[in-house]
Amino acid sequence: MAAFETPVLGNVEERPIPALVPNATNDLKCFVAAPAHQEALGFPGELVPDWQAKAKARMGDLLSKYRSLQVFMDSCVKCGACTDKCHYFIGTGDPKNMPVARQDLFRSVYRKWFTPAGKMVPGLVGAKEFTRDLLDDWYNYFHQCSQCRRCSLYCPYGIDTAEVSMAAREIMDSIGLGQKYCNEIIGKVHRIGNNLGLPGPALEDTLLGLEEDMQAETGLDIKIPIDVEGAEVLLVTPSADFFAEPHVLGLMGYAKVFHAAGISWTVSTKASEAGNFGMFIGNYDQLRKIAGRVRTAAQELKVKRLVFGECGHAWRVAYSFLNTVAGPWDFLDPRYPVPQHILEFTYNLIKDKAIRLDKSANAGKILTVHDSCNIARGSRMGDFPGGQFHIPREVIKAAVPTFVDMHKDTICEKTFCCGGGGGLLTDELLEIRVKGARPRMEALKQVVDDHKVTHMASMCAICKAQFTKVLPAYGFDREMVVSVHQLVGDALLLGNND
Amino acid sequence: MAYTVNGKTAEADEEGFLVNINEWDEEFAVLIAKDEGINMTPEHWEVVNFLREYYAEYQIAPAVRVLTKAVAKKMGPDKGNNKYLYELFPYGPAKQACKIAGLPKPTGCI
Repeated sequence: MAAFETPVLGNVEERPIPALVPNATNDLKCFVAAPAHQEALGFPGELVPDWQAKAKARMGDLLSKYRSLQVFMDSCVKCGACTDKCHYFIGTGDPKNMPVARQDLFRSVYRKWFTPAGKMVPGLVGAKEFTRDLLDDWYNYFHQCSQCRRCSLYCPYGIDTAEVSMAAREIMDSIGLGQKYCNEIIGKVHRIGNNLGLPGPALEDTLLGLEEDMQAETGLDIKIPIDVEGAEVLLVTPSADFFAEPHVLGLMGYAKVFHAAGISWTVSTKASEAGNFGMFIGNYDQLRKIAGRVRTAAQELKVKRLVFGECGHAWRVAYSFLNTVAGPWDFLDPRYPVPQHILEFTYNLIKDKAIRLDKSANAGKILTVHDSCNIARGSRMGDFPGGQFHIPREVIKAAVPTFVDMHKDTICEKTFCCGGGGGLLTDELLEIRVKGARPRMEALKQVVDDHKVTHMASMCAICKAQFTKVLPAYGFDREMVVSVHQLVGDALLLGNND
Repeated sequence: MAYTVNGKTAEADEEGFLVNINEWDEEFAVLIAKDEGINMTPEHWEVVNFLREYYAEYQIAPAVRVLTKAVAKKMGPDKGNNKYLYELFPYGPAKQACKIAGLPKPTGCI
């Protein structure tokens, strides 16, 4: 990878609109999926000879299937409200990273093929032939969108660039131009059970090791049960929770919460992945197939409740789509929401005094929180509006002595993406990931400078991995990012809780 | 791409990970490490050898925590932590050490 300069952090209070740097990230291309990755998902192995005709047919299908896409294509009035709201535009200055310009890559082809004006007077309405050059722009810039939906929050018509980018990726997959990172990983989910490719025996060995660690730390037999039939709760969590730091500390936090509350639970080797990259590539069949594993696991293990671990996009799929793609869930206990987020689960236990936390265990830590985009803008949590903002903060506040929020333009529904979401968490895109993290890093720096913040809590596996990678580029310690349940686990009073 | 050393060639993917782990040997490890700007010391070899042993048993690289515990056992508790592994493999122990050990790249949200 070529060397690049990490952006200089500015003042979050007065972020100027960046000067345009045309084609700044035109050559930042993620690896194309190999034929084996494509074919495993039922996509053509490589770009088909009649790709334009195939793309037109697929675009027509999508427009008729998703009315939203048709509305997004027709309703943009070029008001400009979205232009400076994308973290990748802020970080790179590349005008094609303005959300409206990203949409226009799609819209120009749509107009040429599907509107009378675009067919008759293409030059007047910005309609374009779908040339190989334009396809390359699609590939580059629709993989420089993390589908975080921040731009859609500011769009007066609610145009959702994430959905446009998902449709573009779906069309590209259908003509044989897929992305290696997402498609290789989806193949592993089908073949092995999770994004990591962690086989059952390796998972069992890893969990045994974690149980040993918790025994050494607490003196208690805290279990991470696996494939236990008849457990009360099935926990579905991103496989990174079994593998990476600080994710694994969060997993041990969940285990301590279940232990302290005395609620039986299990993870599943079949559904050993909460993530659903089917959403990132905009492919309904894949999304449905991946979600279906959760249903099968819940039925086979005869559980009563379904709880999801700390993962952003998994929670969007779980909260917003699970009933449609994998329901009905009438075999679960109707007294509990289906599904529940682990934060909501822990929050309720704290509120009901079923578990108790001692903040002094985290003495010296001053926390802030990074709202994950898919949780903030793609779902909700708990049974009240804004629960997805309130609940994580209340859980953190119960576990640490001091909590400070970052700048108001960068939190809750206005949160900035970590820079690595939506299928961009791959090494060859490190430059765009570092640059895209700029607005979040600016807001973090302000609370570090003004409030001596020591740690930033995160509730998403992608955010945690991305921050571990990009924090050092901005001069921060990589261990500044922590799992919310890591804080909970450290503060939890274990032992006799009668 | 491909690596060539002493007349032997091993095919690698676009990121420099060997396509066939059976083609790996210690000379390739030294060469891959050099490309990564790493000079192999006995400590690097401890990690690389552990990764290969673990992979042979489980068909996946060990979790970072499994690795740090193994390092602590072999090299002393003061070295059984993430910071030390990052000193050895600055791009991250999971991916960079796997590449040198000839193992496939771990994928996912890591």
